[in-house]
Amino acid sequence: MLTVDALTKTYKTGDKALRAVGFTVPKGQVVGLIGPSGAGKSTLIRCINRLVEPTEGRVLLNDLDVTALPAAGLRRARRRIGMIFQEYALVERLTVMENVLSGRLGYVGFWRSFLRRFPETDIENAFRLLDRVGLMSHADKRADALSGGQRQRVGIARALAQDPELLLIDEPTASLDPKTSRQIMRLIVEICAERGLPAIINIHDVLLAQQFTQRIIGLRAGEVVFDGDPAALDENVLTRIYGEEDWTAMRRAAEEDDAAERDAAERMAGMV
Amino acid sequence: MSVTTYPRTWRRPPTMIRDARLRYALYAGILVYLVLAVGSVEVNWARVWEGLDRGWRFVLGFLQPDFTSRWRDISQGLVESLTMTMTATVAGVIISVPIGIGAARNLAPRPVYYLCRGIIALSRSLQEIIIAILLVAMFGFGPFAGFLTLTFATIGFLSKLLAEDIEDIDEAQAEAIRATGASWWQLVNYAVQPQVMPRLIGLVLYRFDINFRESAVIGIVGAGGIGATLNTAIDRYEYDSAGAVLLIIIAIVMAAEYSSSHIRKWVQ
Amino acid sequence: MPVTETARGPVWQLRTPRARLLMWLGWFAVVALTVWCWQVMTKDTIWAFVADAPSQAADIGARAFPPRWSYAEKLWLPLWDTINIATLGTMLGVAIATPVAFMAARNTTPSAMFARPAALFIIVASRSINSLIWALLLVSILGPGLLAGIIAIALRSIGFVGKLLYEAIEETDATQIEAIEATGASGAQLLTYGYWPQIAPAFWGISVFRWDINIRESAVLGLVGAGGLGLQLQASLNVLAWPQVTMILIVILGTVVFSEWVSARVRHAII
Repeated sequence: MLTVDALTKTYKTGDKALRAVGFTVPKGQVVGLIGPSGAGKSTLIRCINRLVEPTEGRVLLNDLDVTALPAAGLRRARRRIGMIFQEYALVERLTVMENVLSGRLGYVGFWRSFLRRFPETDIENAFRLLDRVGLMSHADKRADALSGGQRQRVGIARALAQDPELLLIDEPTASLDPKTSRQIMRLIVEICAERGLPAIINIHDVLLAQQFTQRIIGLRAGEVVFDGDPAALDENVLTRIYGEEDWTAMRRAAEEDDAAERDAAERMAGMV
Repeated sequence: MSVTTYPRTWRRPPTMIRDARLRYALYAGILVYLVLAVGSVEVNWARVWEGLDRGWRFVLGFLQPDFTSRWRDISQGLVESLTMTMTATVAGVIISVPIGIGAARNLAPRPVYYLCRGIIALSRSLQEIIIAILLVAMFGFGPFAGFLTLTFATIGFLSKLLAEDIEDIDEAQAEAIRATGASWWQLVNYAVQPQVMPRLIGLVLYRFDINFRESAVIGIVGAGGIGATLNTAIDRYEYDSAGAVLLIIIAIVMAAEYSSSHIRKWVQ
Repeated sequence: MPVTETARGPVWQLRTPRARLLMWLGWFAVVALTVWCWQVMTKDTIWAFVADAPSQAADIGARAFPPRWSYAEKLWLPLWDTINIATLGTMLGVAIATPVAFMAARNTTPSAMFARPAALFIIVASRSINSLIWALLLVSILGPGLLAGIIAIALRSIGFVGKLLYEAIEETDATQIEAIEATGASGAQLLTYGYWPQIAPAFWGISVFRWDINIRESAVLGLVGAGGLGLQLQASLNVLAWPQVTMILIVILGTVVFSEWVSARVRHAII
């Protein structure tokens, strides 16, 4: 369970990125975080594992106050929080396996990681995760030899290798095409359900968020302006979050997308 | 549901040399070389031990440099170095522009190309210090030999890079100018010069910097400049004067780098 | 494109009159400065020597050829020394330059107030001073021999390798680093998993490139007593044994061409 309490971030330039943000995510819940660019979505999830240092407020991970931890304690807390990135953020010149194993860095000592001598259970688990995300045969390839969707799968496997109690996911689909985006979202949601993992997905595609998450938090200018059921996200709420826009047109376009995808899938099935 | 078992060990595949035997042979070869190489370094530890004291005095001299007691020598060396650098850079540029154009495959006819590439190879093949030794033997001691050395070295450096830049120009632009019926000279003036000029100016400034640094070296073999002053100071174990000279060199190199980055911005 | 209205209609010129004036003034200043420098420099030049140079050159040329091929036997050991000075000096220099580069790079420096300026000064100082000057100094301090040469090469290499390496470190992709940080990795693990894979190709390329340059430089370090081929060169010059000088220059040239070939091959293999 994650509790965010009155979290505030003021940058050195004086920009207030977050203003007293507070919410609680129970076990197994997948939360979509939406809002316009610059609303503070990215800052918020980075404040939770303190890649960005919050100015005020607290982050509690199962009663552990992450914000109060000294450096060594923070590293131990970070290994319990898996993170998935927009541009995959794989170490491009390492192999897929090394990238997945890098999720264990917080658990093993320097020399073990330097010599790539990870414990057998870690390696077994890494192979299991690669199999789960469908990349078993790619273990020895270099990360930069993979396609965008495959790289994001490696990113997911790396985050899961940490054996996390929480997933932070930053724009997982922003660099992917619509079809791959859906596959990746489906994979994330399935995995969270399997493991009872809570997750916060920072996402700018409102429809994907509605389709795949159980709860939506809308941020605008660093403040929570909506927190509730995805079904409750109507035009009024969207206007409150994003400002004036023709939302019905967007939905129509998306339905066409969906139809096209179904169509393509049926055709593919027909061919086989 | 079937239970799959997964491997419990994993070794990273080798990146460069796949054959394990070859890899280990290479490691062993490197090790043997290092042992032999380190073994062949004969060190007179007694002499080194004595030297530590002098080394410490040099560090002190560097921290408390003495600019005054040898100022006449230092200032004369400095003037020689700076004037040598300036004239050699200018003369070098004037000579290297035609050679650079001649060494560009896309502009020059074959015989000219090979001639100019030959000149460049000759100029680049020997270190400045060796050229300085030969030129001092021919022209006598003093900054004139230094001037010739630096000019000669500048030609190799600038012509080569200029020729490469010209070979890299955008062919479409040259094509467009050629299509207007321009002569060879007009082609160089309108298609090549605008594309190459900013980088050429950057290279010239960089070479000025290098020439100054080199001018501090060739004095050691009698080609004038601050190197001669430095050599004398070190020979006399006057480490505080030597420290002063080194600090002046560092300051001038820093100033040259700083101003050249500004000039480059201003030109572009 | 400045177009000026005149009595005869608009006239187009490449530059404004002001810019043109400035440009001509600039060129004039360069020419004047060069002429003045020339006069100061040649104040003490004895032109009789300069006029005599062609006959001197012809004289040396006549004596230098043919090279004394039999002398090559005595050059194998100095050649081995030269290669060792370059290789060991490069390794030592790279070993020192790497931490300096991490201190100098904006994204990895432990303190932007103290460590970074100190590291940058080390880099500039090392780059400004030629290895021959370092050798001169070290021979005076440690006595003649290979050790002085190795340290001189190392000191000069620190600045070169340090500068290129810290630029490579500053160009690393920050999100890859962030991702490793987010797994709870320690500082040392961040270096080996986040930074090292990204800078490794640059690291090897720079090292080999510097080794190639160091072969050239170590060939002449002996002129000031730091061992290798230069020592032989100095001895031959002292007794005006020009055929031996030619032979040494041929060996130096061969070594330089060989090392350039090796370095080009290795860099090609890395990239």
